[in-house]
Amino acid sequence: METICTVCPKSCNLSVDDRGAVTGNLCPRGETYGRNERLHPVRVLSSTVRVSGAIHHRCPVKTNFPIPKNEIFDAMRLLDDIELIAPVLEGAEVVGPWVTTREMAGA
Amino acid sequence: MHGYDLIVIGGGPAGLAAALAARAGGLREILIVERDIELGGILNQCIHAGFGLEYFKEELTGPEYAGRFIRLLRETDIEVALDSMVVEITPELLVRVIGRDGERTLAAKSIILATGCRERARGPLGIAGTRPAGVITAGTAQRYVNIEGYMPGKCVVILGSGDVGLIMARRLTLEGAKVLACVEIMPKAGGLPRNIVQCLYDYKIPLYLSHCITEICGEKRVEQVRVARVDENRKPIAGSEFAIACDTVLLSVGLIPENELAQAAGIGIDGENIETATPGVFVCGNALHVHDIVDKVTAEAQRAGAAAAAYVKNGGAS
Repeated sequence: METICTVCPKSCNLSVDDRGAVTGNLCPRGETYGRNERLHPVRVLSSTVRVSGAIHHRCPVKTNFPIPKNEIFDAMRLLDDIELIAPVLEGAEVVGPWVTTREMAGA
Repeated sequence: MHGYDLIVIGGGPAGLAAALAARAGGLREILIVERDIELGGILNQCIHAGFGLEYFKEELTGPEYAGRFIRLLRETDIEVALDSMVVEITPELLVRVIGRDGERTLAAKSIILATGCRERARGPLGIAGTRPAGVITAGTAQRYVNIEGYMPGKCVVILGSGDVGLIMARRLTLEGAKVLACVEIMPKAGGLPRNIVQCLYDYKIPLYLSHCITEICGEKRVEQVRVARVDENRKPIAGSEFAIACDTVLLSVGLIPENELAQAAGIGIDGENIETATPGVFVCGNALHVHDIVDKVTAEAQRAGAAAAAYVKNGGAS
C-alpha cells in the first residue's frame, strides 16, 4: 500500500508491502509508522476535559500512547463524564489512556 | 522614566524564546507584555500533537511545548505583564501599555516585536450571499472548542485547506459535528500532507480541490453554501455548482503577520530579517513571516533575542 507518513511535517510518501516492509521513509520513525499503518493503524489523540477552579473551563489532554484507530471514538467517550479540579499538573492521569497536557493553577 | 534593557511584545512562542535568549545573552531588565491572561500564545489552543520534533526531538502538544518555555521563564526574574496590551511604540523606543493598572509609558533600550499573526477573514474573499451567523475563522473555532468549551456548529463546511482548518475538521468530528467538506480553490491542499491524511482521510471528510464557495446562504444562521469547480484562472465553471446544507462555515484561508504597531510608528519590516529599519527594534516569529512549524519560530526568536542583547551591550550599535 501507499501512504503518507504523519509522524512529522516532512510527510514522507511511504510504500509498505504485505509483510510490512517500508520504503520511502527518511527516518526510522517512518518505518514504524508505515508498518503499523499496514498491520494495525494507531493514532495519538488529543481532546479536552472539564476543569473547575482554573482560569479556563477546559483542560487539554492526550492519549499517553498511540491507540488503535478503530478505538478512537470509544476513547473520546471516556472523557464525557470527567471533571478535573484545579490545580492540575501536566502529565496527570485522567482516565484510560488520557493524560493532561498542561498545568492549570487554581484561580 | 524607568528603562528596560528589552521589552518583548507578545508572550507566545516567539516572545518566550526571544526573552530567554536575551537573558542568556546578558540582558538584565527584561519585560514581556502579553495581552492575554496567560503566557503561551496560540499554542494554548493548539492541543494536538506535532510540535517540537525539531527543537526537542520529541512530539509535543501545543500546551506542552509552551509549558517548557514558561517553566524556563519562571526560573528567571524576567518580568511579565499579563492582560496588558501595547497600543503604541515609537522610533525612540518608548512603549505605551494599557493594562490592569491603567496606562503607562515605558522606555526601552531595545524592543522585540513578537506579536504573531492574524487570520484572513471573510471580507477580503468577496464571497457573495447573506451575512448570517455561523461564519468564523478556523482559529476562532479552535479557541471556542479547546479553551472555552463551546461547539460552533453541528454541520460544518471548511473553506480553505490551511493547517488550522484541517486540524479543526478532525477536532469538530471527534466532538460530534459532521464536517461535510473541505473546499480548496487551488489544485493542491494548503496544509501539510500529514494533516490531510490524519485529519481528513482518517475521518473520510471529502476534500474538494479546485473548488470554491460561490455563495453563503441563510437568514439568521448559515443554511447552505453553494460550491463550484473553478477553471485554471480560479473562476467558477458554469454548470458545476452544487449546494451543501450546513450551519457553519470555517475559514482557513491564510494568515497575515500582525504588524500594526510597527506600521503606525513608521518602523519598516522587510518580512525576512529580524532587524527592522529602526535600530534597536527587532521582529521575529509569525509577526515577521508566517511559519509552518513552531520549532522554526523558536530558532528565529532566539536569534532575535541574541541580537537585541548584542545591540544593548554594544551601547546601541548593531
